Amino acid sequence: MLGNHNDSSIYLTRAFSMNLVGNLFGSSIGRKILMAVTGLALIGFVIGHLVGNLQVFSHPDKLNGYAHFLQSLGPALWVARIGLLVCVGIHIWAATVLTLESKRARGGQAYGVKTWIQATLASRYMRWTGYVVLAFIIYHLAHFTLGTAQGATFKAALPAYKMAHDYQVLGFTVVPAGTAVLDVYRMVILGFQPPLVASFYLLAVGLLSLHLLHGMDSLFQTLGWRNSRWSKSLRTVVIIACLAYFAGNAAIPGAVLTGKLSLESAAKSAPAAHH
Amino acid sequence: MVAASTLKTFSVTLRVWRQAGPAATGAFVDYPAKDISPDMSFLEMLDVVNDELSAQGIEPIAFAHDCREGICGTCSCTINGKPHGPGKGVATCQTYMRSFSDADTIVVEPFRARAFPVVKDLVTDRSAFDKIQQSGGFITARAGSAPDANALPIPKGDADLAMDAAQCIGCGACVAACKNASAMLFVSAKVGHLGLLPQGQAERDRRVLAMVNTMDTLGFGSCTNQYECSAACPKLISHDFIARMNRDYLTASLRSAFKPAPANTGGGAA
Repeated sequence: MLGNHNDSSIYLTRAFSMNLVGNLFGSSIGRKILMAVTGLALIGFVIGHLVGNLQVFSHPDKLNGYAHFLQSLGPALWVARIGLLVCVGIHIWAATVLTLESKRARGGQAYGVKTWIQATLASRYMRWTGYVVLAFIIYHLAHFTLGTAQGATFKAALPAYKMAHDYQVLGFTVVPAGTAVLDVYRMVILGFQPPLVASFYLLAVGLLSLHLLHGMDSLFQTLGWRNSRWSKSLRTVVIIACLAYFAGNAAIPGAVLTGKLSLESAAKSAPAAHH
Repeated sequence: MVAASTLKTFSVTLRVWRQAGPAATGAFVDYPAKDISPDMSFLEMLDVVNDELSAQGIEPIAFAHDCREGICGTCSCTINGKPHGPGKGVATCQTYMRSFSDADTIVVEPFRARAFPVVKDLVTDRSAFDKIQQSGGFITARAGSAPDANALPIPKGDADLAMDAAQCIGCGACVAACKNASAMLFVSAKVGHLGLLPQGQAERDRRVLAMVNTMDTLGFGSCTNQYECSAACPKLISHDFIARMNRDYLTASLRSAFKPAPANTGGGAA
């Protein structure tokens, strides 16, 4: 893949330098760049996903209209879904290959004593937080997308919801009032009512935030944009972003778990949400 | 008169990795180091212990050393879990026994990495670094004798940054400290040093591609941005150079993918 060479001809071999795709997938730095770029795309997704989900704290029209709008995108929705799956796939593939190579590079004999000098906590547990996030993604899709987990409260099993108002995106009405849509709002609240489920979501988004605490910072280093002139500012921004991300994500199952968000409270607050 | 504190000697226990040869199985062996002066360097302490071992008919501890003033990169040893010992920005030869206390047990191991096989006891073969250097860590053209001052304008900041990178003594502490046994700090220092100077521009792309390729081929791991390397580096070379090399590698890959190939139709040899 990287061209044949022996020790004396490495410098003269041109083959290894001519293939961009080969460099990205075949070299250690290339794979790190793939991890950074796919990670960046996934960070963009999870932030957008959170912002969309926070509509659960508004009138049920908001979340239900939003979900209906996304479903109505058809082919564009599938482009996004396949794109995200490819990103997840490349991210995991690169992580696996790099980890195996690095384990091999460390050699057979472990240190008798080894101390950490300055590696952050988040950086030491990337693999473990990654495993939990992967398990969470699988459950999350089974729960809210496929309906194979908690099927009784899955959107398709619930009575349809009739939109009370128009749902607008950028000023355009995309879901008009009176449309019968899937009741995603009810599914979310019912879905988080089992304390075990809400706790798992809280744990998973906590560990995802920890994963991002190292990942967000790291991608700047891997793409070559980070240096000591502004790395402290970057770190501060990353810490604030991760805390905000965690707070936003924890708020939804947290509010259901503590009873702040329930179908009764929604019914009471619904009139206040009128335009 | 010598200050009183320097006369107070102390004793420690050394827990040293002993390994007869590259293929032999190694193990930790405890040796007492008695009447150690706090002003001894770590290597001088090993000399004293080895004299004692020789007198007892025990094979002395093999360890690598040369200049003993922190500029050659020969001394190594992971001391209590940190390459070159507890101090910041020092090599093992600049680690003094005053860093330790009476009755301490000090664990001494070779730098560990698959690319740095143990030769004997604490001595490792770090010629993998030489192979990386030989694959591109130089300027091919003859540079001639020292040019006139300012004949080649180089901004002071760039020159200083290049000299920061050029401080690398190639000891391998970065690899030893990294959980992935990655050579990124070493390679990035070499790439960054020449890449910052005008003399290094002509071969800048080829250099980074070749050196990274050699690094990968020799079985070093990859960087997970924990920066244990720069913290363990006796010259405190910044991991900023790693970011710089990542950028250089990506740029060089992009550029080389779109660079037209010469037709070799006229002039020089094809």
